[in-house]
Amino acid sequence: MDILNAIVALSNFVLIPAIAYGSQLAIGALGVTLIYDILRFSNFAHGDTMAFGTMVTILFTWLFQSMGITLGPLPTALLALPLGIAATGLLVLGTDRMVYRFYRRQKAAPVVFVIVSIGVMFIMNGLVRFIIGPGDQRFADGARFIISARDFKAWSGLNEGLALKTSQAITVVVAVMVVAALFWFLNRTRTGKSMRAYSDNEDLALLSGINPERVVLVTWLIVAALATVAGVLYGLDKSFKPFTYFQLLLPIFASAIVGGLGSPLGAIAGGFVIAFSEVLVTYPLKKILGYLLPESLEPNGLVQLLSTDYKFAVSFVILVIVLLFRPTGLFRGKSV
Amino acid sequence: MSQFRTLGLFGLVAVLIIGTGILQSWNTALLILNMGLVSAVMALGVNLQWGFAGLFNVGVMGFVALGGLGVVLAAEPPVGEAWAAGGLRLILGLLIGAAVIIGAVYIWKSGMKRRVPLLLAELVIGFFLFRYVFDGGVEAVEAVNPALTGNLGGLGLPVLLAWPIGGLLAAGAAWAIGKTALGLRSDYLAIATLGIAEIVIAVMKNEDWLARGVKNVIGLPRPLPYEIDLQQSAGFVERAQALGLDPVTASTLYVKLGYAVLFAAVLIVLLVMAQMALKSPWGRMMRAIRDNEVAARAMGKNVTARHLQVFVLGSAICGIAGAMMTTLDGQLTPGTYQPLRFTFLIWVMVIVGGSGNNFGAVLGGMLIWFLWVQVEPFGRWLMEVVTMGMDEGSPMRTHLLESAAHMRLLSMGVILLLVLRFSPRGLIPEK
Repeated sequence: MDILNAIVALSNFVLIPAIAYGSQLAIGALGVTLIYDILRFSNFAHGDTMAFGTMVTILFTWLFQSMGITLGPLPTALLALPLGIAATGLLVLGTDRMVYRFYRRQKAAPVVFVIVSIGVMFIMNGLVRFIIGPGDQRFADGARFIISARDFKAWSGLNEGLALKTSQAITVVVAVMVVAALFWFLNRTRTGKSMRAYSDNEDLALLSGINPERVVLVTWLIVAALATVAGVLYGLDKSFKPFTYFQLLLPIFASAIVGGLGSPLGAIAGGFVIAFSEVLVTYPLKKILGYLLPESLEPNGLVQLLSTDYKFAVSFVILVIVLLFRPTGLFRGKSV
Repeated sequence: MSQFRTLGLFGLVAVLIIGTGILQSWNTALLILNMGLVSAVMALGVNLQWGFAGLFNVGVMGFVALGGLGVVLAAEPPVGEAWAAGGLRLILGLLIGAAVIIGAVYIWKSGMKRRVPLLLAELVIGFFLFRYVFDGGVEAVEAVNPALTGNLGGLGLPVLLAWPIGGLLAAGAAWAIGKTALGLRSDYLAIATLGIAEIVIAVMKNEDWLARGVKNVIGLPRPLPYEIDLQQSAGFVERAQALGLDPVTASTLYVKLGYAVLFAAVLIVLLVMAQMALKSPWGRMMRAIRDNEVAARAMGKNVTARHLQVFVLGSAICGIAGAMMTTLDGQLTPGTYQPLRFTFLIWVMVIVGGSGNNFGAVLGGMLIWFLWVQVEPFGRWLMEVVTMGMDEGSPMRTHLLESAAHMRLLSMGVILLLVLRFSPRGLIPEK
């Protein structure tokens, strides 16, 4: 039995990656949930909005790098992030003006909005592939590790190394900042309160003089910011590929639904539930169990419950279980 | 009036395809026609679910892929060695897995006290038992000649029989999915089906014993003779020369025409059935349920059962189309299934053609498939024109020319949005 090594191995291979991934999913799911809350539809174009924001950020990162501007140990992408958010904001506002507003005025059924968002998804997806191509892009620079596995081993004298990537630390720090800012905005500012009022009861909000177009505008801007941040953090941590971002739609929606669609707190909880189960179920636990169990009981297989390619299955199974037993999600979302 | 419109639009598709034949090549035209017919069958299936019953299924890709799997499982010759090595153990493992799930459902439904710990215990023990039996079987099967087979093979049936079998496979999966997910609200159902489709593809990529996974199954049996055999048969060469064609072109055209006839036959049968269903009391009831579920329920209609029924039927049609496509390709390549191409494009077909109208779905299938194929050469031509003034070697020009291929997705999105805006009920609207 070697509890210390087991804890280190668990943190290194499961906890830290899952916390980072969970934060990325949570920010993505917050965007989905806000759109559902205010505009009342499931936005299938969210994954591609993330891809667009990340692409713009990458392009500016390359520009800054070619001009010799860097942030030292931090990735240059952080400097380009505001520009990416601005461009994505313009894009989603343009889409809203040209596409969604027409259906809002018609008071179209939610499912019409969903189909319209599929059209928007095609366009954004094509746009991203058109501009940056369908290939893999890595744009993380600066220091790769805050703590490298070798340093940790030398410092602690344990068998197991603990690595903390810069991108993982940044993800968590940025996620906390974004979530704090969002909740402060929703709960403390006048605009945020009007958004919540609009989401609770549209007619009542209209009667009290809230301008719905303004609420929608602010929502899209916040969503653009959340999508870009989530996309850039994911891209820094792993890599950017348009198709992967499209596929992120599934875990992100699973997070939002598991937490309760329309509930911001739920989106965060859902993101971590999905991320932890995905990583835990697809990671070979042999090493960790090897430290914990006496030698005679040591497993001889990898103790990998499912192969990594089944990670979608994990989001899906959790989704179905939650929906069957608690149809409004963990945090009592709403339904249109 | 509406009949003229329908005829005119189908005439347009015919002109487009014949025009391709004259301007590009007849091989290209027949290629477009064949996949257009397959797409039309898929659109018919989606229309059954969405147009008739209002079910939002975005897992079309999964059912199409299952149809393709059906071809391998039905038409490939069985691998005797693999069956001897571990086939029975593998099947036993699968049966144990199924028994565990059925047992879990039974325990849950029994309503006894303290069922949760019992359920968890059953699932955990069952899972490890399943993995123990199943993994051993898989290892043995996959070890048999992995470069060529490594799977169990199929039943060795004639390949045309594989089409209904592909449909049945998809129907079975749809039944299991429908049982769990159909009670959900429309956007939850959408996400659930999206997930199912990804899982089906993941299973097909990873379970090598089933259909060799990403190693692909190539050289599937086909219902028509091989081109090379035709070219060597004296009678065929003679007839080709009588028509003024060289034997190579004649043989490729012959095979493609043969597929076109087979696919058209399937499409017509399904279209007639779908038309009959639409006009029958059953069809009226489905539309009544779609338009007002609560009212239909109050009239004593079993909405859940009807939804399950139409979900299974529509998915079966998608499965048949998937089997037809795999037969046409002659190979099963799980890595090529992408949701944009096999789910959302089919949705564009149905919406553009006219949801709720079977002829609309067929038209959408053929027309959108034509555009999907032809937008790429058109985009390249457009980029040539746009970049004419630029330097030969300028990076902007190379980039634009290379990116022309991605015009497809862009134009599909634009078409979908334009139709939704200006003709929301599609080109041939529901009556």
